[in-house]
Amino acid sequence: MPRTLAASIAVNRFGLGARPDEPEAATTDPKAWLAQQLTRTSSFTLPSGGLPTTRSAAEALGSYLEDLKTKTDGKAGKMSPEAQEEAILKPLKQLREILIAEIEARTLRGLTTEAGFAERLVLFWSNHFTVSANKAVTIPFAGVFEREVIRAGMTGTFADLLVASTRHPGMLLYLDQAQSMGPNSKAGERRDKGLNENLAREILELQTLGAQGGYTQADVTEFAKALTGWSLAGGRTKLLVPGADPGDFIFVDRFHEPGTRTVMGKRYSADGEGQGEAILRDLANHPSTAQRVATKLARHFISDAPPVSAVEALARSFRTSGGRLPALHETLISLDDAWNPEAQKFKSPNEFFLSALRFTGLPKVERKAITAAYGLLGQAPWQAPSPEGWPDDAASWAGPDAVIKRIEWAQGLADRLGTKVRPESLARAALGPALSVATAQSIDRAESASQGLTLALMSPEFQRR
Amino acid sequence: MTLPLMTRRAALMAGGALFLAGSAGALTLSRQAGDRKFVLVILRGALDGLAAVAPFGDAHYRAARGKLALAPPGEAGGVLPLAEGFGLHPDLAFLHQQWTGGQLAIVPACASPYRERSHFDAQDVLETGAAEVFGASDGWLGRALTALPPELKREAVAISGSLPLVLRGSASATSWAPSFAPSPSEDTLSRLMDLYAGDSLLGPALASAIETNAIASASGMDGMDGKGRRNGPGAYKGLAEAAARLLSAEGGPAAAVLSFDGWDTHANQGAANGQLALRLAGLDAAMRALRDGLGAHWSKTVVAVVTEFGRTVAENGTGGTDHGTGSAAFLLGGAVSGGKFGGDWPGLAPKALFEGRDLAPATDIRSVFMAVLQDHWGLDRDTLSRTVFPDGTGVRPITGLIRT
Repeated sequence: MPRTLAASIAVNRFGLGARPDEPEAATTDPKAWLAQQLTRTSSFTLPSGGLPTTRSAAEALGSYLEDLKTKTDGKAGKMSPEAQEEAILKPLKQLREILIAEIEARTLRGLTTEAGFAERLVLFWSNHFTVSANKAVTIPFAGVFEREVIRAGMTGTFADLLVASTRHPGMLLYLDQAQSMGPNSKAGERRDKGLNENLAREILELQTLGAQGGYTQADVTEFAKALTGWSLAGGRTKLLVPGADPGDFIFVDRFHEPGTRTVMGKRYSADGEGQGEAILRDLANHPSTAQRVATKLARHFISDAPPVSAVEALARSFRTSGGRLPALHETLISLDDAWNPEAQKFKSPNEFFLSALRFTGLPKVERKAITAAYGLLGQAPWQAPSPEGWPDDAASWAGPDAVIKRIEWAQGLADRLGTKVRPESLARAALGPALSVATAQSIDRAESASQGLTLALMSPEFQRR
Repeated sequence: MTLPLMTRRAALMAGGALFLAGSAGALTLSRQAGDRKFVLVILRGALDGLAAVAPFGDAHYRAARGKLALAPPGEAGGVLPLAEGFGLHPDLAFLHQQWTGGQLAIVPACASPYRERSHFDAQDVLETGAAEVFGASDGWLGRALTALPPELKREAVAISGSLPLVLRGSASATSWAPSFAPSPSEDTLSRLMDLYAGDSLLGPALASAIETNAIASASGMDGMDGKGRRNGPGAYKGLAEAAARLLSAEGGPAAAVLSFDGWDTHANQGAANGQLALRLAGLDAAMRALRDGLGAHWSKTVVAVVTEFGRTVAENGTGGTDHGTGSAAFLLGGAVSGGKFGGDWPGLAPKALFEGRDLAPATDIRSVFMAVLQDHWGLDRDTLSRTVFPDGTGVRPITGLIRT
C-alpha cells in the first residue's frame, strides 16, 4: 500500500495503479523505484509463450490470403450472405484469434506486472507508433510488433526504434508501404504500378517532425521514393528472396526509385536501403522531433496542457542524450510538474480498466470478459481508428456516454465480485493518502459492497491519475 | 469562392444548376419554429469525392482517373445520371432517388480553408470552423447552438462515446451510443452525482448522460443491445437509426452528429465494386434509414454529409488514392431545395488541378454550413461570420439550397 502521497503518485500516475498486494518498494523511495524499471530489459519484455513470432504471423497471414482466394475466387461481391460468411468471415475470425490471444497476454501482463511505469511506457510508445489491426493484413502483426519492436526498443534510442518500426511487416502493411514502387524503378516501369506515400507522410507527420514540423508535400514525395523497396518476404507480395523467411524485412531493389533524394533540404545519394535509413535517422534526431516527442510525453504523464518548462526539459534531454529513451524517461521522473499533488489526467479507458482490475487484486480475468470490457469502454488494444493512435486528453474520453459506459462496466465487475471484497480497504490500499474524505464516506454509506466498489472505481480520484 | 485558375464551367452547369455564393436572404426566426432538425454526417478518413460524384462528362475524366473511372449511365456498373455530365456512384441509389425527388443538392468540389494533407489537422479545421489548424478550441455547431435564441431548442446529440470537436462549446450537447451492458441503478447514479458535485469534468458529463438516457429509454431504445456492427460500413446504418430515434423522440434534440469512418482508401479502392463501393453502399443505406426513422420530421430536416478533404485525382501505385484537397459534399432532406448543384466546378484539366494532383477546392465548405445555419435555423450573417466561423467575414452562404 502506498503510504505517502509520493508513493501513491508513483504507482498510480506513473504506473498502472496499485494492487492490494503491491510491494512496499514504491513507498521507501518512489523515484528510485521508478528509475530502476527503466534500464532493465526484463521490465519491458513479455515472454512470448504461445504467441506468434513475426514469421509465424506472416505464415498465418499467407494461409489466410490463400484460403480467401480459393474460397471467393474473385467473386465475393456476387456471393450469398451465407457463402460470404463461410468464405470471408470465418477465415477472418480465425485470424482474429491471434489478436485476441495477444490482447489477453497484454492484459494479464498489465494486471500483474510489478514494473507498472515500464508497462505504461510500452503503451505510450506503442500508441506513438500505431499499427492498428483495423485492416485484415495487420491483424496477426499488431501484437508481435509491440513485443518485438516496442518492448525490445525501450532501452535503446528513438532513432533505432523508428528504424525498427519502419522495417517491421506490421508497419509496412498498415501504412501501405510493402507494395510501393518507384515510378522509374524496374518493376514500376513494367507494371504500371507506382508510389504510395502513406507511410512516408505518417512518419513525418505523426512519428517524427509533426504536422507543424516544417516539411512540405515535396518532402513527403521524396521520402516516399527513398522508402520504395522496403518490403517483406512472403505473404501477399510473394517476394521470396533466397534465404529470407516469410515476414523478414527485405529490400527489393527492383521496386526502388533510382537516384538522389532531397528531404528537408538535405541531399541523400543513391544508396539502396541505406538511403531511406539515413533519412529516418536524420528525422529522428531533428529538433522538431525532440519537441513533438517531449510534448506528447508531457501531455501523457503531466496534463492535457503541460507547462512549457516541462516540455522544454524533456526536449533538451532528448537532444542532449541523442534520443536515448532511458535518459528521456528518467528526466520525466525528475520533473516537479510530474509530482503535482493534484491529479491532472483523466485515465484512458485502458488505464481505467487495468487499474480497476489491479485495484480488486484479481489474479486473472477470463478472455471473454477482457474483450467485452474493451469493446464497452471504447479502447480495444491495437484497434485505434487511425495512424494517429488513441487520443490523449480528457475531452476525448470523458464524454457523457463514455462516463456511463465506465459506470456500467464498474458495476458489472462489482456485481461479479459480490460480497467478497471490502471496498473501503481496497480504496485505501490503492490510493493511500489520495483517497478523499468525501469518497471514503460515500463508500462507507453504500447500500452494498458491490455499490461501494462501483463508487470507489468511479470516484473522481480513481478516474484520474 | 472561386480560385483564379479555374475555368468556370458555367455553360456545363447551366440551367439553374449553378448557385454562386450570393447575398444573404432575409432572416426570420419564425422559420425555426417548426422544430427544424439538422444532421451532420462526417465521413472520416477523406472521401474520394470523384468516386461518389463522378464527372463522367468532363473531357479529362477518363484519362485522369484511369482504372478508377466509372462507366457512363446505362452501361454495366455505370453511374446514376444527375445532370450536366455528372453521375452518382451506382451504389448510391437512395441518394439518386432523393436527387430526382428534389431533396438532394450536391457541392461537387469543396474543402475547408485547410490546404495541407493531414487527416487530423483537416478534421480539426472542418470541425472548429476556423481558418487554420488549432484556430479555435471548440466547434462551429456547438457555437451555433449556443447562438440560437434561448426560446428555441438548442440540444444536440453525437452518436458516439465522446463528444466530437464540432459540438464542443455547447452546454446542451451530449453523446449517446448503443449500450452493451445492463444500465446502472438510479441509486448508484444519484450517489455518483453527489460525489461529482465539485467536479467540473465528470459532473456535467454524467448529468448530460442521465438526461439523454431518459430520452432514449422513453423512445424504446433500451433494447438496443449492440448486436449490430460497431465499426466499418456495416455500422453506419445502426448509427443512423439511433440518431433518427433520438431526434424524433418527444423533446428530442435539434441536431445530431454522426461519424462514419473507413474512407482512407490508400490501396485497392475499387471502382464500381470494391472497398469504397461497400462504404458508399453503407452510407446510402444509412441515409435511407435516417429518412425512414425520422418519419414526419424528414420534411423539416437537413442532412449535411461532409469529409475533411478529397483524394488525388489519379490512382496511386497501389490501386488507391492518396490524400488530396477538394471533395464532394451533400445536402439532403425534406427541407433541402435539391436536384441541383451548389458552388463551382473547376474541371479536371491538368492545369486546373490543385498543385497538379488534386481536385481544386472551388467552394469553401463553410459557405455550405452557413447556408444551413442561415436559411434553416435563421442565424444572422453577423453571428455566422464572427462567432460561429471566427474568420468567416470573407465567406458567404450559398443561397437557394434550403426551402424557406
